[in-house]
Amino acid sequence: MKLELRGVTKRFGSLIANDNINLVVEAGEIRSLLGENGAGKSTLMNVLYGLYQADGGEIRLDGKVQNFKGPGDAMNAGIGMVHQHFMLIPVFTVAENVVLGNEPVNAIGAMDLDTARARVKEISDRFGFNVDPDALVQDLPVGVQQRVEIIKALTRNAKVLVLDEPTAVLTPQETDELMDIMRDLAKSGTSIIFITHKLREVQSVADKITVIRQGKVVGEASPKDSASKLASLMVGREVDLSVDKEKQKSGEVVLSVSDMSVLDDRDQRAVDGVSFEVHSGEILAIAGVQGNGQTELAEALLGLRPTVKGSGSITLDGKSLSHLSVRKHLDAGIGYVPEDRKKDGLISQFNIAENFMLNGSFGKPFAKGVNIDFAERDRIAEKLIKDFDVRTPSAFTPAGNLSGGNQQKVVVARELSRDVRLLIAAQPTRGVDVGSIEFIHERIVAERDSGRAIILVSTELDEVLALADRIAVMYRGRIIGIVAATTSRETLGKMMAGIAA
Amino acid sequence: MSKTNKLLKEIMSASPMRVALSVLLGFAIGSVFMAVFNENVVLTYETLFSNPGLTLSTAGQTIMDGYGALFRGSIVNLNAEDPVSMFRPITETLRLSAPLIMAGLGVALGFRVGLFNVGGTGQLVMGLLGATWVSTRLELPWGLHMVVALIVAVIFAGATGGLVGFLKAKTGAHEVIVTIMMNYIALDLFTWFLRTPGLLLEASGGGNPKSDPPALTAQLPRLLGEDFKLNIGILLALVAAGVYWWLMERSTIGYRFRMVGFNASAAKASGISVERTYVWAMAASAAFIGLAAANQGLGEAGGLTSSIHANIGFDAITVALLGGSRAGGVVIAGLVFGAFKAGSPAMQIAGISPEVMGIVQALIVLFVAAPPLIRAIFHLPKPEVK
Repeated sequence: MKLELRGVTKRFGSLIANDNINLVVEAGEIRSLLGENGAGKSTLMNVLYGLYQADGGEIRLDGKVQNFKGPGDAMNAGIGMVHQHFMLIPVFTVAENVVLGNEPVNAIGAMDLDTARARVKEISDRFGFNVDPDALVQDLPVGVQQRVEIIKALTRNAKVLVLDEPTAVLTPQETDELMDIMRDLAKSGTSIIFITHKLREVQSVADKITVIRQGKVVGEASPKDSASKLASLMVGREVDLSVDKEKQKSGEVVLSVSDMSVLDDRDQRAVDGVSFEVHSGEILAIAGVQGNGQTELAEALLGLRPTVKGSGSITLDGKSLSHLSVRKHLDAGIGYVPEDRKKDGLISQFNIAENFMLNGSFGKPFAKGVNIDFAERDRIAEKLIKDFDVRTPSAFTPAGNLSGGNQQKVVVARELSRDVRLLIAAQPTRGVDVGSIEFIHERIVAERDSGRAIILVSTELDEVLALADRIAVMYRGRIIGIVAATTSRETLGKMMAGIAA
Repeated sequence: MSKTNKLLKEIMSASPMRVALSVLLGFAIGSVFMAVFNENVVLTYETLFSNPGLTLSTAGQTIMDGYGALFRGSIVNLNAEDPVSMFRPITETLRLSAPLIMAGLGVALGFRVGLFNVGGTGQLVMGLLGATWVSTRLELPWGLHMVVALIVAVIFAGATGGLVGFLKAKTGAHEVIVTIMMNYIALDLFTWFLRTPGLLLEASGGGNPKSDPPALTAQLPRLLGEDFKLNIGILLALVAAGVYWWLMERSTIGYRFRMVGFNASAAKASGISVERTYVWAMAASAAFIGLAAANQGLGEAGGLTSSIHANIGFDAITVALLGGSRAGGVVIAGLVFGAFKAGSPAMQIAGISPEVMGIVQALIVLFVAAPPLIRAIFHLPKPEVK
């Protein structure tokens, strides 16, 4: 099916999220929508899927103007969408999930599961998905759950399939398999819109690339174009994707963790007997697919999450930190950039100056007794804003009004301005624009060079490879291996899938 | 940023425009209630269609009379024959505002920490219990007696609030449920004390649950001589507002309170013990309410019954909401509601049900608490800050 978007415009108040966007996708084409976070990709797709009503422009399918009132209309017209976060019910089987909202019934009105199974099996066989219709969704690996989402769309005769950041939760191998599926689907005539910010994937699978920046289409590119050309189109200026790094001069052991176990919110063992060391002047990357215990590991290292009683120890500079409060951890010299800055790293209603003293309200330099030292606080704020290039109208702007990248700079500035021995940076560049990514990476490397120990938790293999001195790969709560930074992508990918090197 | 700039931001963040419009709208709807059900207006309904002018003019007259009486009862009575009765209304407004401001600050503090303290009544009553014990059962020199009674009231109330915070922190019990239950416990405990000889029952007791009057040495001194009932309570309320402002805006304690209120999870990651903060914040919130208890218990020369709490614990919620939980806002809101209380008898004399003012009061808070409603009615823009 041929999809045409003509002059689609979507405003939120004074913000123009989509500005006169034109996009034509032919039947059987894989079109990549490339853009930074906040560029307007998801908004555009939500307009296409009927979740938002456009303020201007039109959507055509095979030349016919469409007028979607909601996702139901879009689905009936042949548009399918696989969201970044799956919309599946974990305790239902694959077949039950697939027919949900569109259930086949028999003569007496009961649900006809045989028909449902047959539908799943038919599509699964046609594209080699290898999905068991009777498996419970909660028992399936993430990659297979995604296929269930795709089957769900295809059983409703989706002719245009939108995949929103589909690879964020996949291992490199699962990503490759998804690419194959996309190619097969395209061959069978389905049009695919593939939303991502990962250049490597775009280059490998797309037929054509549309780059969106600040709500506008800024250009079309070919997958044969170089990564740096695509990046500069996306960002709007030249970008240097490599990180300059001197050879490692690592020193003594700063952090030593042995046989540590941590429970998650559901009391499941999320970290299972992990041991490792980090030296001064070293970046140890914790790689792995999201949800394999990295979050809980980082939280346990800060004392936010208790370690399992009797399990192992954490020592910083030879002093035990086991079962101490968060404040004791911070005072011992740990800096922490949380993976979810809006939840754990910032108070969006506080202004920037106030956010700089979040973990410094107990004494100098921010406090004199129980009084806040406003003059000193504002002076520090001005300095950090300058040093870390935080783009803000003033130090008194609420942090919530800043862009993701600038918010992250505020967090990083706060943590690095304290005299820490160990910096735990969890997903430090998630949802951050390319310019800020470069800056944050440089700062992290500079801290390493100045002799601090750094733990970088990241699910982005590119980031891990660019920064790490050593790489620990986590799989289902265990460290499957700690390898050198020169290890190949293939090997790391296998490790992320649980196969020890 | 300059001082004035900061002050401006402070005032703007409570959105005085919106509050003023809410008050206006509350009065407007209050007028409808006044007019439609007024006796004189009802009499004109017979001729509503033949002579609508009469109905309208009577209604107008009623509204004018009603709000005129409110003004006479709460600000100045220009019809008075002597200066004392002329200015008594404003002093009554100040007197009745004092406990509203004090308790309002307490509830406001809770709001800033993300806690909804609906236990004002219970905390106030526990404060009263302590204050009454000291003021009727101890003998101390003038001045010192009052100070001790005041401190005991604050400690009793504060401990009651702290207990609520402790239960929330340790067991996860919601403070709304706990404070409501504490209201029952405290009220019945106080009544029991008042009923029991040897505890707080008056010495010359007739068997009604009533205490002795507070000792002269413990009563709050009057400010303007014996002609006016106004005592130093209003000064204490202003001092309390000053303390509240310092605590919440200038001190690191208030900074951490606000942190927990906005984002407990970030506070935790910054090394703040959220549990401990709940305990201290509830205690501090209740301590302000304890001051209101002292004002009630030591402000009157007569013996106390359990009705002395005068629903201040709940009125404080409306005061805190109307005042945007800021020190200045709470003072102004307390004065407004104090004026309503002061003016209510005069309105009754003018033939207006005093309940109308209750409705106006509730409407104002309703409008303040529903920002989108008032924005929709007056076509105000959405605030920029997220």
